[in-house]
Amino acid sequence: MAKHITTINKVSLQKTLQTGGCGECQASCQSACKTSCTVGNQVCAK
Amino acid sequence: MDIHRFFINGLYLVLDVNSGALHVLDKPAYDALGVFDGTNDVEVINTLDNCYDAATIEEVLNELRDLKEQGLLFAPAINTPISFSDKPLVKSLCLHVAHDCNLRCGYCFAGTGDFGHDRALMPKAVAEQAVDFIIANSGARKNCELDFFGGEPLLNMETVRHTVNYVRRREAETGKVFKLTLTTNAVLLDTDIIDFLNRENISVVLSMDGRNEVHDSMRPYADGSGSYADVVAGARQLVESRNNQSYYMRGTFTAYNLDFAADVIAMAEQGFSQLSVEPVIAKEEDYALSEAHLPAIFAEYEVLAKEYLERRNAGRGFEFFHFNLNLTNGPCVAKRLSGCGAGHEYFAVTPEGDLYPCHQFVGREKYIVGNVSGGIKRSDIVKQFRQSHVLNKSECRECWARFYCSGGCHANAELFNASIDKPYKLGCELQKKRLECALMIQAYLVQKGEAD
Repeated sequence: MAKHITTINKVSLQKTLQTGGCGECQASCQSACKTSCTVGNQVCAK
Repeated sequence: MDIHRFFINGLYLVLDVNSGALHVLDKPAYDALGVFDGTNDVEVINTLDNCYDAATIEEVLNELRDLKEQGLLFAPAINTPISFSDKPLVKSLCLHVAHDCNLRCGYCFAGTGDFGHDRALMPKAVAEQAVDFIIANSGARKNCELDFFGGEPLLNMETVRHTVNYVRRREAETGKVFKLTLTTNAVLLDTDIIDFLNRENISVVLSMDGRNEVHDSMRPYADGSGSYADVVAGARQLVESRNNQSYYMRGTFTAYNLDFAADVIAMAEQGFSQLSVEPVIAKEEDYALSEAHLPAIFAEYEVLAKEYLERRNAGRGFEFFHFNLNLTNGPCVAKRLSGCGAGHEYFAVTPEGDLYPCHQFVGREKYIVGNVSGGIKRSDIVKQFRQSHVLNKSECRECWARFYCSGGCHANAELFNASIDKPYKLGCELQKKRLECALMIQAYLVQKGEAD
């Protein structure tokens, strides 16, 4: 049990280099804002 | 920059940029990470030995080394994946069904609806060609997206209704699934239109600026009178009719309401819960945002983030678009490079059928890439937008937010810097602050076991 650091999410963007790219997720700017283009708040559609 | 270390709302946090891992630190670990680069244990010990005892420093170093071994700290750099193909699929179109508007918003990027040209409505035939264009250019992708946009799209409901009928027929013929949205100022919403939007499962983006006086000062009718009362009435009827689902209420803040958290809260108090506000884009107008406003805006985002958590804890929470962040099932790297998709996966269609990289580019004629009747004619522009991603732009490549922001808005970059490859700096600063707030919120929610 770590004493000084709590990890919030054990993820690896690198792994998606092989598995990603299906393109089924929605275009970002359509979602709500029409002026900003955040992608971080999207969910993988797989 | 491979890590981003920051303190916000009582939390010491570090984001590992290349893995996407987020960690909550205590003060010794936070201080150690101000020095530690993954290899320099001795330097950390020498720097911190006046502040912490040797045992504490060693514990921290052990934990940092362990995270590095797991690939959750100082993860290796990411390069453009093979899955990010040179040839994009068209995902989404923004149909400008009406280059006309019944409001005269002070900050309108569309020049009060006409985008600098004559007021015009999109004919049904052009809308049909747009639907056929996206089907023909979306390859094997099952999902297609259409947004009915303007000006004000409710001024051309005839084309909207016709297009939806045409979409349903083409879905049956092709196996495609269309996700439909409509962006409206809400003043023309009535029972008939609302029933249609609900029946056809059309998500709605409602434009509203928050407090009554803030809204009316920027979003008046053509005669100068305020639209607030009509907007609230129309929006409320729509939202209640669909059980508070499938909509976003979206506002704009300017230099006149730097206390915009009050506007988000005003929308929440009116009973709306799916919310977003965006910074105005303007260069020289009195209401334009500038770097001098940044400290006030940063503080206001923190006010909003705290209010978000407090209301959620009290059981009366709201969603704020920019604070939604999925840390466990977010997009792949290819998506993070595609960004908003403007100019390669996403196009705007004018009433005449011209294709632009996005709705913000409409009226900047050198960016016309083709027409829905004849397809893409300027593949060079499409390629330029496809390649203008965070790993190819020098400023983005060094920025900690590069896998979350998609490299900023191309239209804003072009407007302020005459190049889509040079990001609009003010927008970047605001994006980074919103992201810090979102990461803080996720850290609190995960620690409480409440994250999505």
